[in-house]
Amino acid sequence: MSSKTGSITRQRLVSDIIVNGVLLFIVLMWTIPTLGLLVSSFRTRFDIQTSGWWWILPHREWVTIETLAPDDTLDPDGIMEIYGVSGTFEEFRGGVLTADGTKVTWVGNKRLATLQVQERKWVMRTDFTLENYGQVLAGKSYEIKSADGTTKIVQGDNFTGSFLNSLTISIPATVIPILIAAFAAYGFAWMSFPGRKPLFTIVVALMVVPLQIALVPILKDYVRLDLNGTFLAVWLAHTGFGLPLATYLLFNYIKGLPRDILESAFIDGASHFTIFVQLILPLSIPALASFAIFQFLWVWNDYLIALVFIGAKPDVQVLTMRIAEMVGSRGSDWHLLTAGAFVSMLLPLIVFFSLQRFFVRGLLAGSVKG
Amino acid sequence: MQPIADEKVRAGGFLEWLALTFGRILVSLVVPVVTFAILIWGFRWLRAATPSGITEKIVVSIVAIVWGVGGAGILYFVSNWLIEKLSPVWVKRLQPFIFVGPAIAVLAWYLALPTFRSFWISLFDRSGPTTVALSLLFTAPKEYFAQLSTNFIGFGNYVSVFTERTMITAFRNNLLWIIFGASLAIIFGLLVAVLADRSRFENLAKSLIFLPMAISMVGAGVIWNFMYEVKDIADPQIGLLNAIWVALGNRPQAWTALITQPWNNIFLIIIMVWLQTGYAMVIFSAAIKGIPEELIEAARVDGATEPQIFFRIMIPYITGTIITVSTTVVIFTLKIFDIVMVMTGGQFSTHVIATQFYRQAFTSNNKGLAAAIAIVLLITVIPVMIYNLRQFAEEEAF
Repeated sequence: MSSKTGSITRQRLVSDIIVNGVLLFIVLMWTIPTLGLLVSSFRTRFDIQTSGWWWILPHREWVTIETLAPDDTLDPDGIMEIYGVSGTFEEFRGGVLTADGTKVTWVGNKRLATLQVQERKWVMRTDFTLENYGQVLAGKSYEIKSADGTTKIVQGDNFTGSFLNSLTISIPATVIPILIAAFAAYGFAWMSFPGRKPLFTIVVALMVVPLQIALVPILKDYVRLDLNGTFLAVWLAHTGFGLPLATYLLFNYIKGLPRDILESAFIDGASHFTIFVQLILPLSIPALASFAIFQFLWVWNDYLIALVFIGAKPDVQVLTMRIAEMVGSRGSDWHLLTAGAFVSMLLPLIVFFSLQRFFVRGLLAGSVKG
Repeated sequence: MQPIADEKVRAGGFLEWLALTFGRILVSLVVPVVTFAILIWGFRWLRAATPSGITEKIVVSIVAIVWGVGGAGILYFVSNWLIEKLSPVWVKRLQPFIFVGPAIAVLAWYLALPTFRSFWISLFDRSGPTTVALSLLFTAPKEYFAQLSTNFIGFGNYVSVFTERTMITAFRNNLLWIIFGASLAIIFGLLVAVLADRSRFENLAKSLIFLPMAISMVGAGVIWNFMYEVKDIADPQIGLLNAIWVALGNRPQAWTALITQPWNNIFLIIIMVWLQTGYAMVIFSAAIKGIPEELIEAARVDGATEPQIFFRIMIPYITGTIITVSTTVVIFTLKIFDIVMVMTGGQFSTHVIATQFYRQAFTSNNKGLAAAIAIVLLITVIPVMIYNLRQFAEEEAF
């Protein structure tokens, strides 16, 4: 009996280890890419370009312990003997290992050179800085030293303006569709009017319509109305594309509220408008919050709609456009790209972590968006 | 109280009644006009605003947000206030349209009508349909149709969509995205959901895998561009993938560009898997928690092994959820755009349907072909639309 329980416990332990081990592996695979970017955003430009971000962890690296001028007696064209090891000029250029594990390297050309004696040591590259963020946010200028010794001053990217634009687009583009959808959901759920069912059927049908279908005609309208590049244009576009799902989700929620609340309010002489504003909206806060997070993340992270309806107007550009542009034009300026990407992720991550519960609820309630 | 007031009105006579009614009508007119005037003035101000400094920009942002959010609220409030001035019968008749009207109008403008308009545009060549005055139809019908049919090429654009080499590449790539991307996201999502359900670290693990859902595809592009970064073989590799690859004794690779096509697409697809697994996991996790504990316990008592429990009980139990999640992920995959745009811009044979749409519509300026691509995209999701409608009809929510 006891041996049997023992084997069961052991089996449990083994399966526990397998489960958690595989889980840990997947979690690491999912986390490391973001972690690498986050770490790099705090590293100096030089460090990012010359070493992997994992070099902040303890690792063995050749560290120069002594630098000296080569002896005059050495002949670079023949076999040289330095520090008890011998080799040709080419061999020393690549570094020659000595018996005690140090490495001797010839730095420079045959006539003008220094000798470096290096030792393999445990080191960490922990030269962290906030400068990347400073450059990205304030558009501070920074110096680049070229190989020939000249320095040139390059202007960093200003993300503060784009951040404000993203915010100015995201907040109304979240609130307006929710307001319109909530009114409509109430209307569909609790009011009777001709065409109620066919109209709602259309709402359901529109849920999966790809927004690509609308871009060409709507852009035409915007050009005619001279709306292109305005905040209103982008708000309305996001409203239109988010509305079917919002209406459907809120309809399901409002429909589920107990009907007697409504009836007793009617008996007290309240109008639909009063009931909606003072009773239904406060009661629907969980559903409104779920969809609000959904829509906010969608709008904040959107690239296509901004690209089409804001276009090349630099003073209205949002963060995603700015970063995409930077990837194209300064794809190897990793100190700016990493920091910029994190600036753009900051708000969504805060929203995500503080309101994850609502977000998950929203996802579970309905998840097909056009 | 009431009769006395009534008598007062009657005593005042016709003139007072007239003044009262007139006043009411005047107020009913003035309030909406003033509202509209303020809103339009705000719009003009915002459009003309060219903030130079950061402080000015903050001010403009705040004004814009207040104008947008407040404006939407005020429009509802004022129109409802107007309606409620009418007699109760008319209130009952018209109020529903105050509630659903704006939604219907926006949906019509942004989704319903564009479907037909895009279809119309797709029947014309790159110059697009010409606008002809409708009056011409009555004065000179022949002339009207002649003008209307300039640039008309019928289904020519659709032939191009399915025969042009670049389009076929895009379709092939989208197929790769669906085959590898959607299925991997679903498999990983299911795997994590099942494993996390048995782990003590469930919440932490799920949060971390879910986290990419909050990251934009552009941001994800930067993250993975950094993972794939390639340096000369003589220099230390700063991209993790190449660092590992070189440590294993290989030459560094430009993963999204120069390796054998079409397999470079896989490295873009990985990004989508990374983004979408969290979504699949959350939905599956909820579904798995819905499986009755007794069912699994009973199977265990009967001697079922863990794989048997997974394949014979869990999978059949959550089949419905798997179909829903697959549909959503496939629709998402069909419209993938940002990742390709940021990573390669469609170079190295990585174009997909949505990037071709964008290229045709806004770079090559061939609106007809672009509209045809959009219509094809729409047709592919019609089965899902029908399924949704059927579900909705069965629910009998009405």
